[in-house]
Amino acid sequence: MEPLAVAVNGLVKRYGMTTAADGLSFDAAYGEVTALLGPNGAGKTTTVEICEGYRRADSGSVRVLGRDPRDAELKARIGVMPQSGGVPTNARAGEFLHLIASFYATPLDPAALLERLGLTAAARTSYRRLSGGQQQRLALAAAVVGRPELVFLDEPTAGLDPQARHATWELVGDLKAAGVAVILTTHHMDEAERLADEVVILDHGRVISSGPPSSLTGAERQLRFRARPGLGLDELLSALPPATMAKESPAGHYVIEGDLVPELLATVTAWCASNGVMTEDLRIERRTLEDVFLELTGRELRS
Amino acid sequence: MTDLTFTPSPGAAPRSRMVRAQTAYELRTLLRNGEQLLLTLIIPVALLILFSAAPLLDVGGGKRVDFLAPGVLALAVMSTAFTGQAIGTGFERRYGVLKRLGATPLPRSGLVTAKTLTVLTVEVLQALVICVVALALGWSPHGDPASAILLLLLGTAAFSGFGLLMAGTLRAEATLAAANLVYLLLLVLGGVVFPLTKFSGGVRSVLELLPISALANGLRRVLQHGAGFPVRDLVILAVWAVLGLALAARFFKWE
Repeated sequence: MEPLAVAVNGLVKRYGMTTAADGLSFDAAYGEVTALLGPNGAGKTTTVEICEGYRRADSGSVRVLGRDPRDAELKARIGVMPQSGGVPTNARAGEFLHLIASFYATPLDPAALLERLGLTAAARTSYRRLSGGQQQRLALAAAVVGRPELVFLDEPTAGLDPQARHATWELVGDLKAAGVAVILTTHHMDEAERLADEVVILDHGRVISSGPPSSLTGAERQLRFRARPGLGLDELLSALPPATMAKESPAGHYVIEGDLVPELLATVTAWCASNGVMTEDLRIERRTLEDVFLELTGRELRS
Repeated sequence: MTDLTFTPSPGAAPRSRMVRAQTAYELRTLLRNGEQLLLTLIIPVALLILFSAAPLLDVGGGKRVDFLAPGVLALAVMSTAFTGQAIGTGFERRYGVLKRLGATPLPRSGLVTAKTLTVLTVEVLQALVICVVALALGWSPHGDPASAILLLLLGTAAFSGFGLLMAGTLRAEATLAAANLVYLLLLVLGGVVFPLTKFSGGVRSVLELLPISALANGLRRVLQHGAGFPVRDLVILAVWAVLGLALAARFFKWE
């Protein structure tokens, strides 16, 4: 077995004037979940579709299971869940999964897989009459029914209700435990934080950060609280050790970063008490992946 | 809960099994599609019965059904190989089905084979129904069945080529509209139920070059008049077939 399921080095892909992938590199290992995280238009789907063999890279090297991604041999070894569609609208859920299963030598039992994903009752329902969540789960089932070594899931939980999201997450966990390499794209931070062994943050076609979620969020902790907007933070800071930082963002939400020793917490609450400030939701926590993500990709809205 | 093991066990099924599964699937979905059945079976049979029973048309000498049955067989081929296949494949392309199947071990050639087998199977069913109805209406076919089958196969190839060309190049909605329009035009202008002899000489010689006219006239020459090998019609169909399939192979876009 090759050491890496996917190895991407210096991938470049342009569409006319737009550069969808701009010298992008990352690896994905067997038995691990690799999350490609990024705002819309960051190049996630382009990257995945190049790995799936749908498009050619303009330059750079892409190896999938040790081969060229366009190698027809790979089709039997890879599972693909597209972002949407891919199923004939008049196909029944069970019928479609049986069809896909019949393309593989030793597929999973389609009925058992439908049951696992809560689709048994919908097995005879045509695709167009399934709910959005059921359509997503059917696409997921079709991606794994051939018992692949590597699966690509393009936004697998977009539009799912909480139950369906958890069912999907559990299935991804089982794939990983079975040694399958999973590459998923998402813009849900909690999904990446929860599922991924390796997070690759993309923006404008580049990798702007990557690593295990814990290394991205770091060990640094923060003190957060809510209170009335417009507190005099300068005055508060003057009472705290020199390296401490404080900010209000958005209004009424305060974050204090620095050496979070017990005395600091006492000083902050004492300062609030003496200023007649009632705090809510006072807590000490690590930065979330969302904080890291917004720091790296900026807060302005993407079209 | 049933035990599921996700331990990788990759491998493609044998090609014949994949093609069989895809064909069975396409046939099943086609046969329960009401609009398709209307197009492929109900309209041809209704035309056959209506125009055989009522003296609405002057079809020249002989029984009306002897003139109509070959034309309706040609119409059946066009409805399945061209109209139905163009619309079905056009929407499969639009909904990303062709792209999705491209990520499975089923090769493109396997998918095309399955579509061809589906079209041929539906045509056999259509021909059976049409022949039974026509015989019940007093049809007395003549001629060499092999020539008739060759005409039907070449007609299928020609119509499939253009159906797939349309499905693979136009938007699905445009394919839907255009495929129906072409169907209607060729039904009226292609000598299916209205004899081409009604048109003036110049127009007629052009219309005779249409694939539907070549198929309908060829079948008539064999089945109505007992002619041997209708070379001219076979050549016309062969040219359309080569042209259509070559253009489809060159320009078909899978997504």
